[in-house]
Amino acid sequence: MEESVAALTAFVLALFVGYEVITKVPPLLHTPLMSGANAISGITLVGTLITAGMKLTLLTTILGFLAVAMATANVVGGFLITHRMLQKFHRK
Amino acid sequence: MSPALVNLLYLAAAVLFIVSLKMMTHPRTASNGNLVGALGMLLAVVVTLFDKRIVSFEVIIAGLIAGSLFGAVVAWRAPMTAMPQLVAVFNGLGGGASALAVGASLEETFSNAAVKTVSLQLSLSAAAAALVGAVTLTGSFVAYAKLQGLIDERPVLLPARHLINGALAAGCVALSYWLVVSPDSALAFWLLIAASGVLGVLVVIPIGGADMPVVISLLNCYSGIAAAAYGWVLNNNALIIAGSLVGAAGFILTAIMSKAMNRSLTNIMFAGLGTVAAGAAESDKVYAGRVKSTSPDEAAILLSAARKVVVVPGYGMAVAQAQFGVHDLMKKLEERGVDVQFAIHPVAGRMPGHMNVLLADAGIPYDKLKEMDEINPMFRQVDVVLVIGANDVVNPLARQNDPSVPIAGMPILDVDQARSVIIVKRSLSPGFAGIPNPLFAADNALMLFADANKAVLDILTALKEQ
Repeated sequence: MEESVAALTAFVLALFVGYEVITKVPPLLHTPLMSGANAISGITLVGTLITAGMKLTLLTTILGFLAVAMATANVVGGFLITHRMLQKFHRK
Repeated sequence: MSPALVNLLYLAAAVLFIVSLKMMTHPRTASNGNLVGALGMLLAVVVTLFDKRIVSFEVIIAGLIAGSLFGAVVAWRAPMTAMPQLVAVFNGLGGGASALAVGASLEETFSNAAVKTVSLQLSLSAAAAALVGAVTLTGSFVAYAKLQGLIDERPVLLPARHLINGALAAGCVALSYWLVVSPDSALAFWLLIAASGVLGVLVVIPIGGADMPVVISLLNCYSGIAAAAYGWVLNNNALIIAGSLVGAAGFILTAIMSKAMNRSLTNIMFAGLGTVAAGAAESDKVYAGRVKSTSPDEAAILLSAARKVVVVPGYGMAVAQAQFGVHDLMKKLEERGVDVQFAIHPVAGRMPGHMNVLLADAGIPYDKLKEMDEINPMFRQVDVVLVIGANDVVNPLARQNDPSVPIAGMPILDVDQARSVIIVKRSLSPGFAGIPNPLFAADNALMLFADANKAVLDILTALKEQ
């Protein structure tokens, strides 16, 4: 129960931080913001790594492999396209 | 590594994510901000690899290599016009990863024969992650297929779809409940994944192309929620905080996009706008005898005589790949001392801010890209507005309070207040909202009927010959 409350605390506070930070992003940068945030949502990778490395049953190994591959594509592709996009923005 | 140290390093990663998003608030710092985010991710991954529960690295390495190769190749090759569908794909993969990983976590937990029950936190969040993750996966892939033109971009409306979707949603809730009360049931898990996956398809398929910015934002929000829910399953703060941040980002963008269309989220998700074609009689009434057309030569004369020109790009410009010609036109006009700026409507393009990326890609400096609220008060001082491939976002009908007008109350760019308006468009056909545009018949408006790219290049040629 205590753990749940601690996790809930982190979750709710992060929602407010996210709201405050992201409302200040200008429309000019909404696309890179979204693809950057999308890359961050690939944090799922962290959890999937442990699952993939445990070698528990065949099913967990297969699911683990798929989840690691999908989350890695999310992370690598997400940060890379964000980087490419932001290179295009320049002043006169 | 001790659990305390691991958690401290996860906290550091979460802080880096927040700093990364904070740096996204300005174009000068945004690029480094993205690198800070990537650094946070690297930190979180490296810390995790020290976990004692990992007994072998083969599967991990195989997954990392497969995912990196796919992600890097796809992201490296995609043109800027394809950003919305690319974000959709990666988003879907992230959501799908969360859903599958939860399945593995449940399997893991119950493979230990000693475990008979789990906490409510675990079973609840497992159901949430499975449901939201699977909806994100299939919904994003339908969005991808629509944006990529693999399936019809127009709304696909099944008969009795509200009934079907309602029943399916109720089914998903029931299956979630089943999974919460018996988290050891693999059947409950996979049925929930399947039902949620079908729901994701059915929810996105009726949504039309111009509403895509909303859908993409919403799916982005979901992928964050799925990651956070998976974080609850693992009791991992890095996932909870990062997922929460992404959820907030997606939610805010969804709200901004809905506001820019003056439509509620419910309306966008369920109404299937753009399916009713305007009656021919109605458009005759608006246009009859009042539409003046012009030539590239005349447009060139008007533009070069202007002091202040504002270009309003719409998705039609991007489809015609005219942004590079528009860049050359801007350069040519600036050589002649004309001040050129760009007015960007929040929903121009297929995802939030898409038009800015396309124009930046064509080499147009970002300080020339003005957002709606900033440029609207300035239109009275503008000599010539050049509208390229935009329609509904410059339709004065939106200012009326008439509920029969589908775009009533939608904030628009007030281009009709400029001295003259040149509209580049193939024909008088209606835009996404399916209604005629009185701007085309206004006294200060001139229509240049042509493909956007051809029109821009012809104006450019005429300018050079002057």
